[in-house]
Amino acid sequence: MSENRKRTNMVPFPSDAIIPERDLGTRPVLDARHLGVEFGGLKAVDDFNMIIGRTEIAGLIGPNGAGKTTIFNLITKVYQPTTGTILIDGKDTHNMNTIQVNRAGIARTFQNIRLFDKMSVEDNVKIGLHNRMRYSAASGVLRLPNYWKKEKLMHEKALELLSIFDMQDMADVTAGSLPYGAQRRLEIVRALATDPKLLLLDEPAAGMNPHETEELMENIIKIRDTFQIAIMLIEHDMNLVMGICEGIAVLNYGSIIAKGTPEQIQSNPLVIEAYLGKQKEAK
Amino acid sequence: MSFLSNLINGISLGSIYAIIALGYTMVYGIAKMLNFAHGDVIMVGAYISFYATQHWGLTPLLSVVVAMAVCTVLGIVIEKLAYKPLRSATSLAVLITAIGVSYLLQNLALLIWGSNPKNFVSIVQLGKISLFNGELIISDVAIVTVLCCIVIMVALTWFTSKTKMGRAMRAVSEDKGAAQLMGVNVNQTISVTFAIGSALAAVAGILLCSSSPVLMPTTGSMPGIKAFTAAVFGGIGSLPGAMLGGILLGVIEIFGKSYISTDLGDAIVFAILIIILLVKPTGLLGKKVNEKV
Amino acid sequence: MKRKISKTFLNNAFTYLLVIVAFVVIMTMQNAGKLTFSFKNQLVPACVFIVMAVSLNLVVGISGELSLGHAGFMCVGAFSGSITIAVLNGVVTDPTLRLVIGLIVGAAFAALTGVIVGVPVLRLRGDYLAIVTLAFGEIIRNILNCLYVSLDEAGLHFGFNNPALPGKMIVNGPMGVKNDAKLATFVMGFALVLFTLIVVLNLINSRSGRAMMALRDNRIAAESVGISATKYKLMAFVVSAALAGMAGALYGANIGTVTSKEFIFDKSILVLVYVVFGGIGNIWGSIISAALLTTLPELLRSFPEFKENRMLIFAIVLILVMLITNSSMVKGWIARIKALFSKKEEAPKEAAAAEEPETEEGGTEE
Repeated sequence: MSENRKRTNMVPFPSDAIIPERDLGTRPVLDARHLGVEFGGLKAVDDFNMIIGRTEIAGLIGPNGAGKTTIFNLITKVYQPTTGTILIDGKDTHNMNTIQVNRAGIARTFQNIRLFDKMSVEDNVKIGLHNRMRYSAASGVLRLPNYWKKEKLMHEKALELLSIFDMQDMADVTAGSLPYGAQRRLEIVRALATDPKLLLLDEPAAGMNPHETEELMENIIKIRDTFQIAIMLIEHDMNLVMGICEGIAVLNYGSIIAKGTPEQIQSNPLVIEAYLGKQKEAK
Repeated sequence: MSFLSNLINGISLGSIYAIIALGYTMVYGIAKMLNFAHGDVIMVGAYISFYATQHWGLTPLLSVVVAMAVCTVLGIVIEKLAYKPLRSATSLAVLITAIGVSYLLQNLALLIWGSNPKNFVSIVQLGKISLFNGELIISDVAIVTVLCCIVIMVALTWFTSKTKMGRAMRAVSEDKGAAQLMGVNVNQTISVTFAIGSALAAVAGILLCSSSPVLMPTTGSMPGIKAFTAAVFGGIGSLPGAMLGGILLGVIEIFGKSYISTDLGDAIVFAILIIILLVKPTGLLGKKVNEKV
Repeated sequence: MKRKISKTFLNNAFTYLLVIVAFVVIMTMQNAGKLTFSFKNQLVPACVFIVMAVSLNLVVGISGELSLGHAGFMCVGAFSGSITIAVLNGVVTDPTLRLVIGLIVGAAFAALTGVIVGVPVLRLRGDYLAIVTLAFGEIIRNILNCLYVSLDEAGLHFGFNNPALPGKMIVNGPMGVKNDAKLATFVMGFALVLFTLIVVLNLINSRSGRAMMALRDNRIAAESVGISATKYKLMAFVVSAALAGMAGALYGANIGTVTSKEFIFDKSILVLVYVVFGGIGNIWGSIISAALLTTLPELLRSFPEFKENRMLIFAIVLILVMLITNSSMVKGWIARIKALFSKKEEAPKEAAAAEEPETEEGGTEE
């Protein structure tokens, strides 16, 4: 474990990439090695390895309780991993907390939406911009020129980001009163506002109708192309996962049981047994 | 000799804190709320016992029973009227409401019983024990208090581990939702918890006023807060923890007052609360809880 | 870009207007000799408690943490402010300037105490935080109760639990501080209220205020976008403490003797009552409620029953306010009662709106 921590800035094992053939460069956005966490003696995640390239869209799938959200919580340091290392853009996150991980370039959304309900849509996005457009508390209280300048910039940037999802007209609406789908989209905008290198989406299509999901898929690709960032998503909607993910990792009982292209995953007997088989029966 | 006498006083005071802390810790463990008004239930119990013995002519033992009955009803009523409607509210809202209930009880007491302190007559009249040629005097109240505390502790441990209601309590404190699904009547369990806690508060109030006989509407508030400190000290939600925390706190308070400064006794107790919460927020015997993301 | 006037702007404008109009009305009445002596006596305390309530609301309403030790900071401000004013007696002749310096010193000491208390305490949450702030408030009070300060040519002398000091006693342990001159005026009080409003409202409507509210609404989400809980919770706490210190200094300058006994946690809770009555997070609400509740016993002098049972009534209203604003059960009842009365006009819509009071029009699904 300690030996792993020393190995920063090295060429990643191609085998840890989701699709080995793909060129990831020497410094992937995310490089997680031998990640593991225990809760009260129970291994929730065990020896999880994953490398995500600069503009990759990766999917993380698996049955309920497989540990998918736990992986997100480990990457964002909501939980401290018991074993293993995580490099974000080459930087070791060993001593980082959630806030520092965000500054290092990881933003996320939550499975159960976590917006600032009582605040306006625009303010929600402005909170995402918090560390990008700064002025001191004193210039805020004294209303110094810097306050007006930065607030104007924030306002413009917030509307620009909201326009990705065509939400700029809702800027003054209270976030908690938005319809469900719009709340999910606002969470993505808020995460994007922090200027991440890797965006983690936890079930972005949950609760959306097929039409909305279709739109979301287009938007995820659009976000990747416009911002040139990597996206990793957890999703149960197989149409979405198979439709937009370039690489997919399948998690079961806290370990990766398969990874590859959507085609490879769909034909992998292990996956079909552990996961897709059950899904098909259910449908 | 003064060391021994301080130690005995500390254990006696600590036993009172322990009895109050048991009520705090049970309510906190099960309803997940800080019942700020718990200390004022103590005061009500003491007043009832005072009037029962001094004005209604009841025997001391009977007055304890009456006080316990009144406080039990009071506890259940408070829970039903003020706390139950807030079951899903934020902890901020519940705590402010509890503070409101605390002030309501104090001011009702002020209205009914007046602001003049009552001179509480100890319900224990067995005579002091004098040891070492009168160098060490142990008061009867101290002995009775410690005995009461032990009996209550044993009875509560038996109750929570051996009876059906006790098991329901432990289930609710682990996971309210799951307990409900398994057929536990959560509302009833919470009511019973408040009832037990309040009955114990009555006992604590009577013992408290028997050893320091000034009874006022605000008598309960400071011991209440200190007992909460004791519950946190021992680990909130843990019965043996409340007992251990209470006794340790009582001893520390008495020693602090006699060896450091009389004026700073309370400050020392509160400093302990702060240190415990910062160093080991789960207390001496508590469990760690993780927030779900 | 065309923007409609925002709700916050209107809210703030209303708050300032409210305070200024109240000031003008009171000054006019005072000049016309229409105010009774005892009402005039209530003016400075009203200002003090407005500042206390607004500053506590910054912690409780905006930062979302319950602090029960606000009176402790007031106590620090009252003591340090009074000592400063006593020391400056003869050095600074202008009484207003002397008071202003006293207020600043009071704020500085209270802010320092706020940092000392806040850094360790703000790691805790919810009930634990509340009880620890209460504990700190009591510790502060207990310590100041043992403080002796005297002044002679050599300067200030401090003693802890030791009254034998040379020169003129300024702070006399449990007897407290004795002020020679009552420097506080209503105009000064008004200025302090205005200052507090500018600080608090500007802070709330800035980057830092947004961060505080984000942490209040959802700490985990706020941290996920890089907002430091420690930094902003502490900022709210310290700013609030500094303002309470100023309020305390003004309070001290308004009365002859300040003792630490006055600042027991009942006072913190009284201020909390003002905040709750005015609406948690609502700044102008805090102003009205603090002003009204401090002067009400005086205004209702013909009803002595009110003054006697004031705390009882406060307690009942406090519980009712919390139940009405926070209980889904009670909200349901109110919705049903409303629906009963407005059956003719869109009864079902009323009920739905009452269930979710935050709901606004707009943002419909495309």
